[in-house]
Amino acid sequence: MIVRSLKRLTPRTASSGIFSIENASQERSMSTVPLHLSRANNGMVNVLVKSTKVPRPATIVPVKKSKKIETLTSRPVQREAMPSHISYVGNEKMPITSNLKIVTPKDDTPRGIWPVFRMMDENGQLRGEALPPSIHSNDLSSERDLDNLRNVLASHHPHFASEIHSSSLLHTSAHEYPDMPLHPHNTLLRAHRQMIRLRKMDTILHNAQRQGRISFYMTHHGEEGLLIGSASALSPKDFVFAQYREAGVLMWRSFTLDQFCNQCFSTDLDLGKGKQMPVHYGSRALNYQTVSSPLGTQLTQAVGAGYKLKLDCQKSPGKEQAVSIAYFGDGAASSVDFHSACNFAATLKVPMIFFCRNNGYAISTPVKDQYAGDGIISRAPGYGMAGIRVDGNDIFAVHAAVQAARAYAVENDAPVMIEAMTYRQGHHSTSDDSSRYRDAEEVQNATDVSDPIVRLDLFLRQFDWMDDSIAMSIEDEERVAVLRAMEAAESRPDPDIRHMFEDVYHEKPPHLIKQEEVLMQHLKKHNIKY
Amino acid sequence: MLLSKVPLHSRRIAANQIRSNARTSSTLLEPTAYSSSNPEPPYATLGSTTKLNLFSAVNSALKTALETDPTAILFGEDIAFGGVFRCSQGLRDEFGEGRVFNTPLSENGIAGMAVGYASAGGTAIGEIQFGDYIFPAMDQIVNEMAKFRFRSGNQWNCGGVTLRAPCGAVGHGGLYHSQSPEAYLAHTPGLVVVMPRGPRCAKGLLLSSIRSKDPVVFLEPKVTFTNVSIWLRLSYSHLRCFIFQILYRSAVEEVPDADYEIPLGKAEVMREGTDVTIVGWGAQLRTLETACDLAAKEGISCELIDLRTILPWDSKTILESVMKTGKLIVSHEAPITCGFGAEIVATMQQECFFCLEAPIQRVCGYDTPFGLVYEKYYLPDEKKNLDAIRKVMELSR
Repeated sequence: MIVRSLKRLTPRTASSGIFSIENASQERSMSTVPLHLSRANNGMVNVLVKSTKVPRPATIVPVKKSKKIETLTSRPVQREAMPSHISYVGNEKMPITSNLKIVTPKDDTPRGIWPVFRMMDENGQLRGEALPPSIHSNDLSSERDLDNLRNVLASHHPHFASEIHSSSLLHTSAHEYPDMPLHPHNTLLRAHRQMIRLRKMDTILHNAQRQGRISFYMTHHGEEGLLIGSASALSPKDFVFAQYREAGVLMWRSFTLDQFCNQCFSTDLDLGKGKQMPVHYGSRALNYQTVSSPLGTQLTQAVGAGYKLKLDCQKSPGKEQAVSIAYFGDGAASSVDFHSACNFAATLKVPMIFFCRNNGYAISTPVKDQYAGDGIISRAPGYGMAGIRVDGNDIFAVHAAVQAARAYAVENDAPVMIEAMTYRQGHHSTSDDSSRYRDAEEVQNATDVSDPIVRLDLFLRQFDWMDDSIAMSIEDEERVAVLRAMEAAESRPDPDIRHMFEDVYHEKPPHLIKQEEVLMQHLKKHNIKY
Repeated sequence: MLLSKVPLHSRRIAANQIRSNARTSSTLLEPTAYSSSNPEPPYATLGSTTKLNLFSAVNSALKTALETDPTAILFGEDIAFGGVFRCSQGLRDEFGEGRVFNTPLSENGIAGMAVGYASAGGTAIGEIQFGDYIFPAMDQIVNEMAKFRFRSGNQWNCGGVTLRAPCGAVGHGGLYHSQSPEAYLAHTPGLVVVMPRGPRCAKGLLLSSIRSKDPVVFLEPKVTFTNVSIWLRLSYSHLRCFIFQILYRSAVEEVPDADYEIPLGKAEVMREGTDVTIVGWGAQLRTLETACDLAAKEGISCELIDLRTILPWDSKTILESVMKTGKLIVSHEAPITCGFGAEIVATMQQECFFCLEAPIQRVCGYDTPFGLVYEKYYLPDEKKNLDAIRKVMELSR
C-alpha cells in the first residue's frame, strides 16, 4: 500500500521540450536513421500502451543495404576508413589509435590529448580496409560460425589479430546461453541481442514511469555497447561495484527481465525487498554489489573488495585471481571518493579496474564545467596508475580494453583506469528534462554517429548475420519479453511490511522490535491495510 | 491530568501507585539485550591477567582478533609503525604487511575500503586516528556502512567492519583532538556505536565489536581514568604524540590474557545504589565515580551505570534502575544539545514518568567548541555532577 501510493504520488515529469509527441513526427521525418534505432523511439515518445492498435515501437524501416551507409552519413560526418581524430561532445578532439596500449606508470604518458582506442568505425567496419565482397560471401552467414568469422577477421585485419583472437565476444561459448534459443553458444549474437534487450527494457520502463506505473527510471541509451562490451570481458567471479547506469552488466550476468521488473515495481520478489528506488539493483549470486545513490562511494569500496581478492589469492596460490571493477561517470570522478580510491588502489597495489563512462554530462553539467584537464584518464599517471582511453561506442574496442586491463591488473597486482568515451542519449533520469540544457541537434548528431547498437548491427550485416527481418524479430521478441515481465511484476503484491524493520541489523534489536509492534498496533487500531 | 497543577504531596502518592504498576507493565522490560547470545564474561575463570593500560588492552584485542580470524586486516594512518597511540605495535611484524598496513591519509578512503573489504567477506579493522577526523568518513559510515545490509535486502552486508577512533578530552587537545562524536553516529540506524571506559572493558568490547555481524564504530577514550588537569599547562605542539601516549598509558587495570567478549547492547551497573541513578560512558565514568564518592560522604547512595554501547542502547537496565531510585542524572562530555543524553532522558520520561521524583538532570559539555585553555571549565566535572546529585535529592524531598 505504502509503496503503491508513493508511486501514484510521484509527479510525472513534464515531458515538455524536444521529445514531446508533437515533435516526434517531425523528428522522424528529419532523421533517416532506421526508425527502430532513432531518437524517436528512445523511450521519449512512443507512450507504450498494451493495445496492439498503437504502432509498434519496434518497426524497422526497410532500407536497402547499399543505402545503409548513407543513412548513417546523412549528417556530414567524415567516413574515412581510418579517420585520425574524433570528437566527443564537450571534449577536445581526440586522436584515434588502432593500437591497444595500456599506458603503464613506467611508460611516457601520451603527449597532449590521450588517444582513443577504437576497432570498429561508425559503419560497423573494423578499421582498415573494408572487407572485400569475396569475404562477405564466404559462407559465413549460414552457419553463424564464430570461429570461422574470427579467423576471417583476423586474417583480414592483421593489426587487430591479437585482439580478435583473444576477444571472448568472438569465441563460441563453452556453456549454453539459456536466453539464446537459436544460437545458444554464439557470444557475439548474444551481445547484440542483450544490447537490444537493454534498449527495449529502458524504453518500456521509461514509458511506464511516464505513465505513473513506477516512480523513477534511468535509461542507458547510447551506453549499451560499453556495458555489454565490458561485462563480457570479465570473469563472473569479478566483483562489480556499479554506479546506477550499468544494468547491462547485470543483464550480461543473466539477471532476468523478471528480476529487473520486480525491482523497479518493488514487488515481493524484489531481491532488495522494496527498500530502494527503481534501478538500484544488486545480486549477491552474480557478484554485483547493490547500487546506492551517493556518487563515488562505490570506488573506495571496490578498492577494499579488490584487496580482499588479492589476499585470498595469495593465501591459496592455485586460485584464479578475480578483480573488482568500479563503474562511475565523469561527474563522480570529481568526488572525494574518486581521489581516495585511486590513491589507495595504486598505493596498496590492488588488482582492480576503474571504468569511467565519460558520457558528456553529469545530470545537466557538461564536462567543460566538470574538469579542465584531458578527461579523466589523464589523471591516471598522477596516481601511478595504468590507463587506457577507449571508444565507448565500439563494443569490440571496449571489450578488448577491459580484457587487456584485467590481464594487466592480475599480472601486476595493480589498478587500471579505463575511460570509455560515449554520449548519454537519454535524459539523466525520469526526473530530468535534458532539453533544458542541451540542443536537440546535439543529441541527434551524437546519436546518429555514436549509437553502439547501430554500429554492431551494421557489423553483423556485412556477413548477412543480420538483416531487417532478423532484427525486427529480435526486437519484437525482446519487446514482448519485457512487456510480459513488466505485466507480471505489476500484478505481484508488495513485499511484506515486516521487511521494513528487518536487515537494519543482523539481529533485530529491542528498540526495533518495540517500534515494529507500535506500528502494527497502529495499523490494527485504525484498520489500515498494508 | 496536568501534573504541574497537582499538589506535590498528592502527586507523589499517585506516583507511588503508578510506579508499582509501571514496574510490571513497561514494554522496555520485555525484549532481551541486543546480543543476548553473549553472556557477561566470568572474569574469575578467565585465568591469568596482566596489568595493561587502554592502548595495550586494545593491542591485545587486535592481536587476538588477527590470530583467530585469518581474514582480519588492520589498517589506517600510521598503523605500520605501531600507530600514534601505539595500538598496533608489533602487529605488522607478527602478521605481515599484507594484513597490517598504512593507508594514505584519507578517512573516507579508510572507511570505504573497510566497507568493500567486509562486503567481500573479510574482517576489516580500520583506524581513524582521532574521532575528530571521522567526519570526512561520515558519508561512507552513514550512507554506505550503516545501510549496506538493509538496502540490499540482506544479500550483502559489511558486518565485518570495525572502525576504531580515539575520542574525548585529553587535557590539551583543543577543538580538534577532544571531541566525542557518539551522538552524530548514534543517529544512524544500522550502526553499532561502542565506547569502553577502561582497559579490561576495552578488550572484551573490542573483540565483540570485531566479531559482531554489524558494522561498529568503536570510540576509545584518550584519557581513561587519569587526572587530566596536570596536563593543561604542557606545551601541545612539541609533545603531542608523546603526551597522548602517556595519557593512554597512565591508567592500568588487570586485563585477562584470555580471549573474551563483552556483550554489545548491554549496559553495566558499576555500583549499586538506592537514591539516584547516574548514567555515563567512556572516560566520563571516572569523573562520575569521584562524584559518587563525594555524594556517599553526604549519605547519598548512587547507582552508577556504564552504558558501554551507545547504539543500540540498553534502555532496560537504566529503566530498572530509575524505577528503583526515582532519580536520574545523565552525564557526557559532548555538547548538551542533541547529545546522546537527550535520547536517554526522553525515553526515560516516557517510560517511567510517574516513577520520577525529580526532574532528570543532564550534566554535559556546553554548546561551544572545545576551547583549549577553557577545557577544565568546559568539562562536566565531579563538582558539577555533585551539584546535580544534591539538586535531585533536594527536589525529591
